[in-house]
Amino acid sequence: MRAIVIDDSEAIRRILRNMMTAIGFEVIEAKNGRDALDRLATIGCVDVALVDWNMPDLNGYEFVVAVRADPTLNGMRLMMVTSETELQSVAAALNAGADEYVMKPFTKDVILEKLALLGIGQS
Amino acid sequence: MMLPNADFEYVRKLVRDRSAIVLDDGKTYLVESRLGPILQREGFASLTELVAALRSAPYHDLHRRVVEALTTNETSFFRDMPTFDALNLHVFPDLIQRRSVDRQINLWCAASSSGQEPYSIAMILRENFPILSTWVVRHIASDLNMDVLSKAKDGVFSQLEVNRGLPAPLLVKYFKKRGVDWQISDDIRRMIHFSHVNLAADWPQFPPMDVVFMRNVLIYFDVATKRSILGKIRRILRPGGYLVLGSAETTLNIDDKFERVAFPRVPFYRVKKT
Ligand SMILES: C[S@@+](CC[C@H](N)C(=O)[O-])C[C@H]1O[C@@H](n2cnc3c(N)ncnc32)[C@H](O)[C@@H]1O
Ligand SMILES: [Mg+2]
Repeated sequence: MRAIVIDDSEAIRRILRNMMTAIGFEVIEAKNGRDALDRLATIGCVDVALVDWNMPDLNGYEFVVAVRADPTLNGMRLMMVTSETELQSVAAALNAGADEYVMKPFTKDVILEKLALLGIGQS
Repeated sequence: MMLPNADFEYVRKLVRDRSAIVLDDGKTYLVESRLGPILQREGFASLTELVAALRSAPYHDLHRRVVEALTTNETSFFRDMPTFDALNLHVFPDLIQRRSVDRQINLWCAASSSGQEPYSIAMILRENFPILSTWVVRHIASDLNMDVLSKAKDGVFSQLEVNRGLPAPLLVKYFKKRGVDWQISDDIRRMIHFSHVNLAADWPQFPPMDVVFMRNVLIYFDVATKRSILGKIRRILRPGGYLVLGSAETTLNIDDKFERVAFPRVPFYRVKKT
């Protein structure tokens, strides 16, 4: 299984990479939505993207919209991992096509349980 | 903070007598850490001083709080997803068929902690079984610990709690933000009747139950207590009713009048037909 971790914070990317690697994912990192789309254009679809919201260039919301508009990335699961914690933000992300939503701060259990809800990873 | 053995024995007996929870020999550390906050709040200088106060008075609120502090209330929304899948795919469809004449279903979450379990069930019913809105569904949720029970009644959860196991679409649909916390909707809250029940004492009069959820609580009791509780459950289950245990729990070698239901991967039991 492959995952892309998209966050402008290197520290958060490292935490998520470690968690996802421990679960058994091959992890690709990207530092914003634009960077992520570029990488996906090269490597193709991955199983799941963990997506920060606030990032320069293309933010997480815009990334979700872009992925959902791109037939070549069809079926990729999108999980927001963000410090945006208002109800409207969660609703907006889901409407745009995100599958799950994790509010920072999170633990490994949170990530595992959310992946299980998407039917990926081990549960 | 060191706990003299005599004090540990006193607390162990108190907890055992009042909740049936068994504290093993090695649990001195647990007693020390759980009772720390009570010391602080009540202004006792040491655990020995607290235990002396307990010893010198008949059972009252302080004793109750000590007992409750030794309960473990760990829970989360949709804990053990296969259990909820089985409710969705098998149990509720089966009950809707079998109860279609009097159109009543009775559910009991017997150790509901802070409410994530009964609320998960209520959201499933609301989402997937709209037909039940015209039925009488009595959903009782109970716990020994008054603090978690009152939290459950309020239906207010922290960000970390809603992060755990709750599908985001259900968060959006059934919760409102309240400060930094999340409040479950009144519509869902009103589906559940919360009450205080000590599983180790006499139970109130319950209606015949279609499903009893007894998840992750029997593990704290000794075999005799487990056996007595399972016996009482048999007597309140409606014929064909389900007992739902935690994922690592079983009736096996405790009460052989139960048999496991043949759903894959879930600890669901029924009383054997004789
Ligand atoms: C680990 S939690 C389980 C919560 C939930 N059923 C679940 O599986 O997620 C155990 C709960 O059992 C309650 N409990 C312990 N002893 C009890 C007793 N004698 N009567 C009623 N509840 C009890 C505790 O207060 C605690 O909330
Ligand atoms: Mg950011």
